[in-house]
Amino acid sequence: MNPLPGTATAEPEARTGEPALAVEHLSVDLHTASGTVRAVDDVSFSVHKGRTLALLGESGCGKSMTALSIVGLLEPVAEVVGGSVKAGGTDVLTLGRRARRRLAGPVLSIVFQDALAALNPVQPVGRQLGEPFRIHHGLSRREAKEKAIELMRIVGIPEPRARARSYPHQFSGGMRQRLLIAMAVALAPDVLLADEPTTALDVTVQAQIMQLLRDLRAERDMAVVLITHDLAVVAEHADDVVIMYAGNVVETGPVREVFADPRHPYTRGLLDSVPERAEKGKPLPAVGGSPPELSNVPPGCVFQARCPLARERCADERPRLTATGPARAAACHFSEELASV
Amino acid sequence: MTATLDRPDDTAAAPKRPPRWWLLLGRDKLAAVAAVVLGLVLLTALIGPLLLGDAATRQDLNASLRPPSFDHGITGLLGTDILGRSVLARLVEAAGTTLSVAIPAVLFSLVAGSAIGMWAGYHGGRRENIAMRVADVILSFPSLLLAVVVLYVFTPSVANIVFILALARIPIYLRTARAEAAELKSRLFVDAARTFGTTSWPTIYRHILPIAMPTLLTVATLDFCFVMLSESSLSFLGIGIQPPDVSWGLMVAQGRQFLQTAWWIAVLPGVAIVLTTVSATILAAWVRLATDPAQRWRLTLPTSKRGKRSVTTEVTA
Repeated sequence: MNPLPGTATAEPEARTGEPALAVEHLSVDLHTASGTVRAVDDVSFSVHKGRTLALLGESGCGKSMTALSIVGLLEPVAEVVGGSVKAGGTDVLTLGRRARRRLAGPVLSIVFQDALAALNPVQPVGRQLGEPFRIHHGLSRREAKEKAIELMRIVGIPEPRARARSYPHQFSGGMRQRLLIAMAVALAPDVLLADEPTTALDVTVQAQIMQLLRDLRAERDMAVVLITHDLAVVAEHADDVVIMYAGNVVETGPVREVFADPRHPYTRGLLDSVPERAEKGKPLPAVGGSPPELSNVPPGCVFQARCPLARERCADERPRLTATGPARAAACHFSEELASV
Repeated sequence: MTATLDRPDDTAAAPKRPPRWWLLLGRDKLAAVAAVVLGLVLLTALIGPLLLGDAATRQDLNASLRPPSFDHGITGLLGTDILGRSVLARLVEAAGTTLSVAIPAVLFSLVAGSAIGMWAGYHGGRRENIAMRVADVILSFPSLLLAVVVLYVFTPSVANIVFILALARIPIYLRTARAEAAELKSRLFVDAARTFGTTSWPTIYRHILPIAMPTLLTVATLDFCFVMLSESSLSFLGIGIQPPDVSWGLMVAQGRQFLQTAWWIAVLPGVAIVLTTVSATILAAWVRLATDPAQRWRLTLPTSKRGKRSVTTEVTA
């Protein structure tokens, strides 16, 4: 299989050198009681250092599953059945457990959505933030704590030295998310995955957290993979976007181009459903229907049931991701048509 | 940076330093009393025999079955047994024996059972199956019968009694620890630890043990009573502590035949067992609360207010 022409998601000037993270043809199966379903189907994307890639899609489209398979946290019911995940030049999927552990932290790390659940409730946060240093750098408890306090200061927690003794439940939601980010960036990873980092927060705090991620990305030259369903966050904070639907990538490219001129009917539908674009007095346009059951994905185009452009061809033949511009691609037979509309 | 904006509204709840544990203990009268009782029992077991000399074994048939009174000095305070030996001195002597069986047995089974249980629960799969089936096998023997068989084959020494009691109780901790670990391993903070490369034992030690520990400690204190009683059963059957050594359980067993004529011989060691175990249980309940960071503040309140979720307690939180 040749790499698809449009899957390189970075803009031309940034495409020099190896990407920090390159996911190629990743497929993940879920073994459920009622049979095996494909949760992630032939997903490819790559991110370079210092850039942010957004994985965008509605609930259940496979974006979190993609993230979990990258960091190796899949539940036993899920199985990676194909593809590769290259980080720092090596395919992490083929590594042994020991080798993979060495990459966990300094190369790949993840920020979870639910910060309260991701922090140990019975440990002071200072000790938890020090844990990566103790594991990877073999620091003593005291040295690790100093590092943890330094990290807390970097992510903007007031009075870090006193707060290091507090427990997670004594922090507010925004502060907890900062702690989680601090823990994720502790070992200066090349790639930071952020799995809906701001979904549980209110809008002002959300903006602060996104700004923090952006500052850290610039300062530490990280590649950020932002997993979200929030179009506004993507528009504001991401450089490139991968739009997923029912486990498939339907459109990729630089955010600015994709959002200004969507080439897939699903992308277009998502953008039309943003309230700011709606006309007053008219019902809010939405993508009608709901995504297909993963156990019942149609043989042709995954989006055909909800697509305003669906024709006979869509029922038989699954559209491949084909280039629609220098750095972008869409999986639709009629993307040319959309461009002219 | 607008960091101060989302600063927690309960800045008062973030003390500069958590209160010292002995201050918390002082706030809880019942737990403090329990701690003092346990401390006294330990102290008695350690230095009591040195002070009393051979009073525990000195026989005086003239003084046989004397009831507790103030007339015969300190050794006669709690009466005498059929051979005229001081019950007080024997209680002190027995404290050492009893604790030297019960404490090592409980500690050994707690450590071994928890470690194996958490390991099995964390990894799951085949390791879990093997550990649990072995535990089932041990549990399917009546533990006393197991002890009887083993102690008949080997000599009934203190070390053997400790070993067999510990072995019989391992499954209790193993099952509890496995259940806790199996639940905790799917929690997000364990996943989070794995995302920066923590290996299995550090994960168990840092993230699972601290949460499972209060439960395990509570089980251990309850088991402490069980082990003391098992030891007395074995002593009663003649394969436990061998005379002239003496334990509380053995004293109860020996005093049984005089229950109608000389109640103090059996009842007083019984009271000692009850006092010790009740104190241990109360202290365990306190430890469970004091080791939970989200519950600890309750201990800083007066006992009368504890457990009530009124507006005032929320504010002081």
